[in-house]
Amino acid sequence: MSAATAVTPALSEKFPQVAPRASLDHEAINVPAGAVLDVLRTLRDAHGFDFLADLTAIDWAEGTTPRFTIVYHLRSTTTHAYVRVAADCPDSAAPAMPSACGLWAAADWHEREVFDMFGIRFPGHPDLRRILMWDGYPHHPLRKEFPLAGVETELPDAAIAAETGAKVIAAPMAGGPFVASSGEINLTEAEPRAKDESWNEGRAKPAQD
Amino acid sequence: MVTPNTELAYNGKIEGEVVVSRLDAVINWIRTNSMWPMPMGLACCAIELMGTASSRFDIARFGAEVMRFSPRQSDCMIVAGTVTYKMASAVRRIYDQMAEPKWVIAMGACASSGGMYRSYSTLQGVDRIVPVDVYVSGCPPRPEALLDALMKLQGKVRQERAATNLLSA
Repeated sequence: MSAATAVTPALSEKFPQVAPRASLDHEAINVPAGAVLDVLRTLRDAHGFDFLADLTAIDWAEGTTPRFTIVYHLRSTTTHAYVRVAADCPDSAAPAMPSACGLWAAADWHEREVFDMFGIRFPGHPDLRRILMWDGYPHHPLRKEFPLAGVETELPDAAIAAETGAKVIAAPMAGGPFVASSGEINLTEAEPRAKDESWNEGRAKPAQD
Repeated sequence: MVTPNTELAYNGKIEGEVVVSRLDAVINWIRTNSMWPMPMGLACCAIELMGTASSRFDIARFGAEVMRFSPRQSDCMIVAGTVTYKMASAVRRIYDQMAEPKWVIAMGACASSGGMYRSYSTLQGVDRIVPVDVYVSGCPPRPEALLDALMKLQGKVRQERAATNLLSA
């Protein structure tokens, strides 16, 4: 990233709410939820960011305010610059963010995925359904309180569930999960280690205190 | 006067065009040597399944080269890959559509037990929804392992009491 492509000063003039965001690589800005569509439109039309590379979300865990942040990764195919736009969802209980589908068609499936995994709604989205899990799945798996192994629930097809007696179960962890510590110089220490979650169907997960 | 028997093989003129055997043996012989797979390719194991079917490993040597993408025409479902809960209903439905007799090979760690996917979205072993005859270990298994599983399944089919099952069905 060169200074010539920096867009934050120009944006700050037009939108005083825009604040720079700490970033190790590309330019990044924080935007309040109310202004996010205007900022994105300005970036697309006035600064040449014509490509929505990614749209994702962060869950800062229960109890934090704001809990959810939506992150847009924009790419310009003319200036070859990246910019990252982050916007906090004001309501942590029923998070929502205006849909960017009108700006980039690519936002459609990304927003469906964010809705599926985090339960964040996108008012203005043309077809906000789950995209990875099946319709009727009761949880949002990438939320921090959702356990890795999953939660017992019903199979998507009731007829198949009745025929086979199978259910969606909390996966037996079999000694796992096996976690590698990042940034470890000593490669022996960086080997994946089992976190002691060795409960299985025979031995239930102990109750949390 | 005793003439020595010089016939080494079946001679239709002498035997009167009749072969005496057991019905089980005949039925099982037919079934084992034309076991058409239903390739349930769901993940990377399907690539090995394709390799097994191709010329280097040549599953045709065991009579299972006719991959049928219609469940009506297949005998053996090879579940090759990670079965998600969303896909599990479709797998079971296709198994239900296969005509009897039918068998299932769970190919690889994921199909056998969920493999490394100890997660909310993955079925922890395809045997939770369909009866599995042979499990193949590996991630993914070598084509030789799949061929071995096919031979094991053929051995299993040869032991079946096919005529009794047909008459009692």
